[in-house]
Amino acid sequence: MIKIENLQASIDGKEILKGLNLEVKAGEIHAIMGPNGAGKSTLASILAGREEYEVTEGTVDFDGTDLLELSTEDRAREGLFLAFQYPIEIPGVSNINFLKTAINEIREYKGEEPISAKEFMQMVRDKSAIVELDSKLASRSVNEGFSGGEKKRNEIFQMAMLNPKLAILDETDSGLDIDALRIVATGVNKLKTKDNATIVITHYQRLLDYIVPDFVHVLFDGKIVKTGTKELALELEEKGYDWIKEELAL
Amino acid sequence: MEQVINTENNVDIVQPNGVNGILPIELKEKATALLSTLSFPTTKTEAWKYTRVGKISNKKFDIQKSQISSIKNYVIDPNGISIVFINGFYNASLSKLSDSINVSSLSEISEIEKNKIGKNIQLENEVFNTLNTLYTTDGAIIEIKANQNIHETIQIIHIITDNKTISNTRNLIISQKNSKASIIQAYFSENASETFTNVITEVIVKENAHLTIDKIQNESENCYQIATEQISQEQNSTFSINTFTINGGLVRNNVNINIEGQNCETNLNGIYILKGTQHVDNHTIIDHKVPNCNSNESYKGVMYDKSTAVFNGKVFVRKDAQKTNAFQNNANVLLSDDATVNSKPELEIYADDVKCSHGSTTGQLDEDAVFYLRARGISEKSARQLIVSAFIADIIAKIENENVKEYIFKNLNENYNFEL
Repeated sequence: MIKIENLQASIDGKEILKGLNLEVKAGEIHAIMGPNGAGKSTLASILAGREEYEVTEGTVDFDGTDLLELSTEDRAREGLFLAFQYPIEIPGVSNINFLKTAINEIREYKGEEPISAKEFMQMVRDKSAIVELDSKLASRSVNEGFSGGEKKRNEIFQMAMLNPKLAILDETDSGLDIDALRIVATGVNKLKTKDNATIVITHYQRLLDYIVPDFVHVLFDGKIVKTGTKELALELEEKGYDWIKEELAL
Repeated sequence: MEQVINTENNVDIVQPNGVNGILPIELKEKATALLSTLSFPTTKTEAWKYTRVGKISNKKFDIQKSQISSIKNYVIDPNGISIVFINGFYNASLSKLSDSINVSSLSEISEIEKNKIGKNIQLENEVFNTLNTLYTTDGAIIEIKANQNIHETIQIIHIITDNKTISNTRNLIISQKNSKASIIQAYFSENASETFTNVITEVIVKENAHLTIDKIQNESENCYQIATEQISQEQNSTFSINTFTINGGLVRNNVNINIEGQNCETNLNGIYILKGTQHVDNHTIIDHKVPNCNSNESYKGVMYDKSTAVFNGKVFVRKDAQKTNAFQNNANVLLSDDATVNSKPELEIYADDVKCSHGSTTGQLDEDAVFYLRARGISEKSARQLIVSAFIADIIAKIENENVKEYIFKNLNENYNFEL
């Protein structure tokens, strides 16, 4: 699905990623954990195409295409989805209209016919149910006046509508109470198939109780320094990150 | 009387070509006398600080009659009635009037009726008003009768054509007691270059009357226009004016509203969307003279390329105007580094028990929002259009006339690919 090799990137001359390697196959869930400032969100931003970051080395192969050559919108059209850590409020742009525009632009890119109004509305009803998003929120301005939990549910709702090949969830659990966390995680699990993949970026192990990863990676100082299974996440929760530093003599 | 103008006078920009202004002789005499003392405003003139009128003042404009073949593209509401002026002259064959609605051309009314005109128009220090007074060729005279609720939209359609044409029209709109009406004033150009439309509209909204004016300005990039509305509102009346400037090389709008009676409501909304080197200047004055009135003003601008805009909104709340609620806002989005906005909201309050606010914002598009939309598969261009459309959506939502709304959508879509 996605193969990242020796990815190095900087912002304003400051090196953030220092040779990151990661391969995610279809059907897999990967968790990326790590202390603040390790480069977790930078990785998500670079994969989504944020232009402030400069990629200085490395390659990212996304299902046979060179991801780094694509514009942000073409990455999305190829099936990459980023659930934002801080979803943006866009006053006046309705959630529904913008999703319809997105779906139709993606369809056009793939040479498909635009979605019918009926099919679209049915989809909105079905997908908003997955994250228990009030249909009233679906028709309001994008994220405007949404609570923290509603914003995160709206991210997963958009993910459900766009049906990506690879979803990157950037700190989707941050700021969520336990009920909202469960709803969001259940939504993500419902969307999981053998043909898509998920990268969960998180600080805390608790999300991984609900979204169970196949692999857990530790990102530290711009590199993945350790990879394990879900037990690694529990160990990190219990012992923090210092033992990894010591183990690796960093 | 014959118009004899000192050719050395620097405000002598009109070649009458044998046409005489049709306003009452006393008004014209006053205008003639004043004209020799007046000069064009410069950027040192406070009210014209950011608008240079050189494009107008350095030319000679002809008063000239003309014809056009069809007004199909200029009728906003096909079910409404319309009075049509070409180069400032009434065109009866293109107009569509109704027996039940009191609309006539200024050139057709009696000399006695003409005396109603000009009561509230200041000539001293107002060179464009003075020129208009002297050279008025025609205009629309509309009277909404007492207790009359007019469902058809009344359209005053003005088309300017040919090279270096000047049009001086004078409209008078009187909404009698308890009446209700909606009027469109629409300005277009056809095969026109370096033309000057100088129009004054006098409006009197009587007790408990409701009047809405939708003003659509869509002349071409090399046309100039100064449009003045002078409004007086009596008690319990509601007046709304929505100004949509879609195109024009140099456009100056003066909207002056005197609120003379209590419990009035006044709404001013405006949208200007400019590209190239277009320049639009919106000058508004709302004068709250009496207590218990509300006014709401909101103008929004979207600026591309090297366009420039001016917003100068003044609200007076006089000593006696207690319990006034006055809100004013101007917001602009700059979509180019070369676009300029000069925004000056002003409140002058002399009463102590009022609620007033004013504000002005000018900024660029929220790039984080653009990125967010792109990350969902929307092209950069569509993302920007969605956000810009959203920016003006609240003003669009205030348009009650569906035909006006549709016309604006269609034009923004054609000119800027906006999906509204």
